[in-house]
Amino acid sequence: MKEEIPLAVSDLTVAYHRKPVIWDVGFELPAGSLIGVVGPNGAGKSTLLKAVMDLTPRASGKVLVYGKTYRENRRRVGYVPQRESVDWDFPVDALDVVTMGLYGEIGWCLPVRRKHRQAAMDALDRVGIADFAKRQISQLSGGQQQRVFLARALVQDADLYLMDEPFAAVDAATERAIIDILGEMKESGKTAVVIHHDLQTVPEYFDYVVLLNMRVVAHGPVEDVFTNDNLQKTYGGRLTLLEEVSEAMRRRERSL
Amino acid sequence: MSIFENWSWALDGWIVAAGVLCAVASALLGNFLVLRRMSMLGDAISHAVLPGLAASFFLTESRNSWPMFVGAVLAGVLTAFFTEWIRGAGKVDEGASMGVVFTSLFALGLIMIVRAADHVDLDPGCVLYGAIEMTPLDLVDIRGFLIPRAVVTLSVVTVINLLFVGLFWKELKISSFDSGLATTVGFSSRLIHYLLMILVAVTAVASFESVGNILVVAMLVVPASAAYMLTDRLLPMIFVSVVLAAISAVTGHLSAIIVPSWFGFESTTTAGMMAVSAGGILFLSIVFSPKSGVLIRFVRQRLLAWQILEEDVVAFLYRIEERKLPIGHDFETLRRELLADFVSMKVVLNRLVSRSQLVVDQGEYKLTDEGRLRAESLVRSHRLWEEYLVSHVGIDADRLHQKAERLEHFTDKDLRERLNHETNAPENDPHGRPIPAERDSPKSDQASTS
Repeated sequence: MKEEIPLAVSDLTVAYHRKPVIWDVGFELPAGSLIGVVGPNGAGKSTLLKAVMDLTPRASGKVLVYGKTYRENRRRVGYVPQRESVDWDFPVDALDVVTMGLYGEIGWCLPVRRKHRQAAMDALDRVGIADFAKRQISQLSGGQQQRVFLARALVQDADLYLMDEPFAAVDAATERAIIDILGEMKESGKTAVVIHHDLQTVPEYFDYVVLLNMRVVAHGPVEDVFTNDNLQKTYGGRLTLLEEVSEAMRRRERSL
Repeated sequence: MSIFENWSWALDGWIVAAGVLCAVASALLGNFLVLRRMSMLGDAISHAVLPGLAASFFLTESRNSWPMFVGAVLAGVLTAFFTEWIRGAGKVDEGASMGVVFTSLFALGLIMIVRAADHVDLDPGCVLYGAIEMTPLDLVDIRGFLIPRAVVTLSVVTVINLLFVGLFWKELKISSFDSGLATTVGFSSRLIHYLLMILVAVTAVASFESVGNILVVAMLVVPASAAYMLTDRLLPMIFVSVVLAAISAVTGHLSAIIVPSWFGFESTTTAGMMAVSAGGILFLSIVFSPKSGVLIRFVRQRLLAWQILEEDVVAFLYRIEERKLPIGHDFETLRRELLADFVSMKVVLNRLVSRSQLVVDQGEYKLTDEGRLRAESLVRSHRLWEEYLVSHVGIDADRLHQKAERLEHFTDKDLRERLNHETNAPENDPHGRPIPAERDSPKSDQASTS
């Protein structure tokens, strides 16, 4: 397989009621690496992932997944959303949720067959919770729920994984399981983009990092980019002038 | 039985059939409305089809069913669309935008119908609460069988809804659970949303004149909500909701005949009574739901409270024994010291005696060996916790006992081992009392309540 760029973003801006959430974001990510996306709360990390997958309308910008638009290469992208994004009281069991990762492959109106359920079961086994396959999902612990989401992405057998805070509020065993899976992904040449909150573990878990605070402060290999200086820039304050000018834009629009 | 004197399969049979079909068709879709937290949208759509009916009538100047049907469905789907649009553009929440859209459309429909009513037999009253009792009077000939028109229409709608849920099972499931994922794997959540809305509108319109608005609104939400409380898997939920819907339709018609006669009235509106029965079933589900029902929660709390009291009794007796305190072992003393009510204490002591953890001798309760074993593990848990809370958590000494008193009831052997390990296997607790050694129980560990 020729070395392709898994994810290239240029001039990406997403605004909510004219207020930019991310602004002029651009980067190209290297294939076969584990990439941490780091930044303060409200920096637009989740929005970035959603905008890549067309889940949020973008004001401007271009996103290329392995050289094509997201739409064309949708099958090559797996998504692990934040755990809070769904209702865990929904009447399904863990196996059902993992099987949902295969629905796209199965296609419209066709039923789930045994081989799909088996694939889902294998994915649950890989993340170490095969024993809980038949549990209703609200009866799983937070870490187990996160692993269900991970298994659901695994079963999609994508090349590029986008993960929204998989390490948030999980137990040590789950954290270990996620790390192992990330390692396996890397070995088989896959790329994972992971939103991460714990700065201390960044150098240990990732080999590439994107520092985000509304725009990209820096991106590159961890050893070059993950410096105190860059972290200061990322966390040291918001782009107040940019916010002021967008506020001025809104005021002006209202006064017309 | 007076009810069956006037029962006629040709009349009541068809009324019940129409009610059941409407209830089942609505309940099928209702599951997804409830799970998507948009139950109100069903309500809104089934009201907002009214201007569609009226407008088609004005445009075509006839009561021909097809244009009216299409017009009404369009109006219903527009409701869903406007609701989304106003929410986005008007910065109001979904409930408010829905309220705006459907009341305006409904009122507009009423105005149009009242205007039209001067010329023809479009009756607003009939539109509102339907005329299910008239079902058997309007017959159509299907291959030689005379079948009420409403039953034919509702059968078709029920089959369509069944096919929809069957064919788009995966798509409905995934988009209801995680609309983001649905979109990323290639099933547009918006498309499925609007398909569902179209069918809700179709069901509402088909039910409109025969069984009326009330029944659809109730059946879209109530059976599914009740089923949601009774099961935690999707397929059983849908199955249960359909059964409950059918039951409410049948009991609704029966009680419409029976109940008013208790008060000396003639029979009342069947559609209304069907909706009321559905409400009754929902109430029963809330009380008797096996996973979150009021009753089961009460029973569980009671059982847990008694189990804790049992443990308090044995631990209390153990401590008196240990310190040789001159305190009575009789019922009243135990009740006073452990702040228990009469019934609970009676139940708990009887249970302990029947499990031979206590013996009673002239009103005095004493620990047996088995009871002592149970008490020991509790006291051990208690004192290990005290030690742990002091050395690892830094809890103030005066609150120590109270915290440990709570934790001891939820500590099994495994957790005790780990506490023991973490606190370096102490011999005494922070107050200097000896921590009993772990002894293997001949039976299973009673201290565990998980």
